[in-house]
Amino acid sequence: MTHWLIAPIILPALLAPFIVLAARYHITIQRAFSLAGVVAQVVIAAALAWHVSDGTVLLYQLGDWAAPFGIVLVGDQLSTMMVLLTAVLSLFVLLYAIGSGCDGMGQHFHPLFQFQLMGILGAFLTGDLFNLFVFFEVLLIASYGLMIHSGGNARLQAGVQYVLFNLIGSTLFLFALGAIYAETGTLNMADLALRVTQISPEETVGIRIAAVLLLMVFAIKAALVPLHFWLPSSYAEAPGPVAALFAIMTKIGAYAIIRVYTMIFPPELEATAGLHGQWLLTAALISLAIGMIGVLAARRLDRLVAYSVIGSMGMVMVSIALFTPEGVAAALYYIVHSTLAGALLFLIADMVRNARGSVELTAQAPMAGTALVSGMFFVGAIAMAGLPPLSGFLGKLLVLDAGFGSDHVTWIWAVVLISSLISILGFARAGSVVFWKAHGTPADEKTGTRTPPGTLSAFAAGGLVTLLIAHTVFAGQVHGYTTRMAATLFAPDAYIATVVETPGKLSKPKKEEH
Amino acid sequence: MELLVAIVIGVMTAGGIYLLLRLRTFPVILGISLLTYAVNVFLFTSGRLVIGAPPVLRDGMDSYTDPLPQALVLTAIVISFGMTAVVVMIGLGAFLGSDDDHVDDAPHENEMHGVEEQS
Repeated sequence: MTHWLIAPIILPALLAPFIVLAARYHITIQRAFSLAGVVAQVVIAAALAWHVSDGTVLLYQLGDWAAPFGIVLVGDQLSTMMVLLTAVLSLFVLLYAIGSGCDGMGQHFHPLFQFQLMGILGAFLTGDLFNLFVFFEVLLIASYGLMIHSGGNARLQAGVQYVLFNLIGSTLFLFALGAIYAETGTLNMADLALRVTQISPEETVGIRIAAVLLLMVFAIKAALVPLHFWLPSSYAEAPGPVAALFAIMTKIGAYAIIRVYTMIFPPELEATAGLHGQWLLTAALISLAIGMIGVLAARRLDRLVAYSVIGSMGMVMVSIALFTPEGVAAALYYIVHSTLAGALLFLIADMVRNARGSVELTAQAPMAGTALVSGMFFVGAIAMAGLPPLSGFLGKLLVLDAGFGSDHVTWIWAVVLISSLISILGFARAGSVVFWKAHGTPADEKTGTRTPPGTLSAFAAGGLVTLLIAHTVFAGQVHGYTTRMAATLFAPDAYIATVVETPGKLSKPKKEEH
Repeated sequence: MELLVAIVIGVMTAGGIYLLLRLRTFPVILGISLLTYAVNVFLFTSGRLVIGAPPVLRDGMDSYTDPLPQALVLTAIVISFGMTAVVVMIGLGAFLGSDDDHVDDAPHENEMHGVEEQS
């Protein structure tokens, strides 16, 4: 049993209170520790991902208690990939936050950032549904603090919405967990997967309700229409780097749906057969359409990016809702792409806000550093809208290809292609108004402070661009990896066997501790 | 007893949802509190209702009550308590800053509606 599996959770959990207690008044020391922690995080995540890439499943039993009794952390290919993605994203976001000086505009940015990482990574690594709830709460309570970082009325009002919506989501999650526990008597995911198959076909009412409730909870996290209302204003009002970090948060919902609905409630399970696939696909297609229409309709750049995140989550969920290995493999490829592209666009929206004084989509005088920002916006928009040559195009091709064998191929192709066209129009309009028309507009004196993006901010955004390009160049390898991953997700025997059969305390009873 | 507990959970959930739909900070927070009470009782019942039985197995005991839901409820209570405190603080800040306690979007339009209703 390797102890490294818990390191991604322990490291920020220790770092955050240290920063609060020891480096409270020294932003430089805070930055140094926070950055060192994130770099270490990337190294650990990469090592873990490399370790499990041959198909081994890492297991960490907390307190050495055997699986159904104690909480376990499980590192398989899917969870370590998400951990690595989070770590890399957080590195660039942190660099941008330091570069733009956003972390100094209010108290406690770095401790909250670390707690947020702890929650996200814990949610990816845990093998227990109740523990997943707890890590959701950890990441949410940190995100509440980050979201209203440096204050302002609009931000606080959006914060109230965000917190309330997520509180309702958490309550629903608890209802779902109670129902699952009442039906099966366990909350360990692997143990659940074994037990739901033993429920007799006549007595499936409770477990069906629980499965749908759980799907709703994850759909709230993934901002699936009609449960997306929390996303646009909270992401748009959140500080730029925070919104960029939040780009991974919707993916947690997608991750949870993939995990739970391939392992615990797989499509072939009799008790819940045909329950979620149909609804999920419809909702996903509608969110794809609504998101991209929102891109076209947005009057502010940050709202435009927020809607494009909803749209790209719709694309991910369309692919997941097929519940085929090809679909999930395409979804995993697209998740990486859409996290990077969404984060990049949020950073660019923040650069525009700093360099231009506003993010309204109206013609204003050219901003400071316009060549750099507009170039990056061009790349980000191409990636998000899914035009060749970047990974958005490849991801969309994979999704279309996976949808080809489905019964609803007409709907999938029609919605994906038409919504792509709409999003291209939306991004083209925004880009031409913000960057192009600016050259014919006289300077307006009353706009506030304008600062061109600093070197470090530009480097951070450039890093995300590089990652997007790498994700395109190595698309074959990445897709090959996600295809192998999807195959193991649909045959989770190794995962279940590792969790359930690894001996621990209680398999050989002895009295110690308490 | 099961019927009584079920009715209590149902009434609390219904009241909570009604208050949630009021779309102003104070009723919504009350509604969320009611919902969390309901879910706490619901979690408690998920281990089946047993009266006068010990939670820990000992020799000579033939019935026991499931201790796990009690631990789950404890966690849920702590978390919901903390979250309610956070939302009260943020809501208070938003209200004091903008003099508007609506929780839905587009506060300007709502203000106008409010004025019309009052006049």
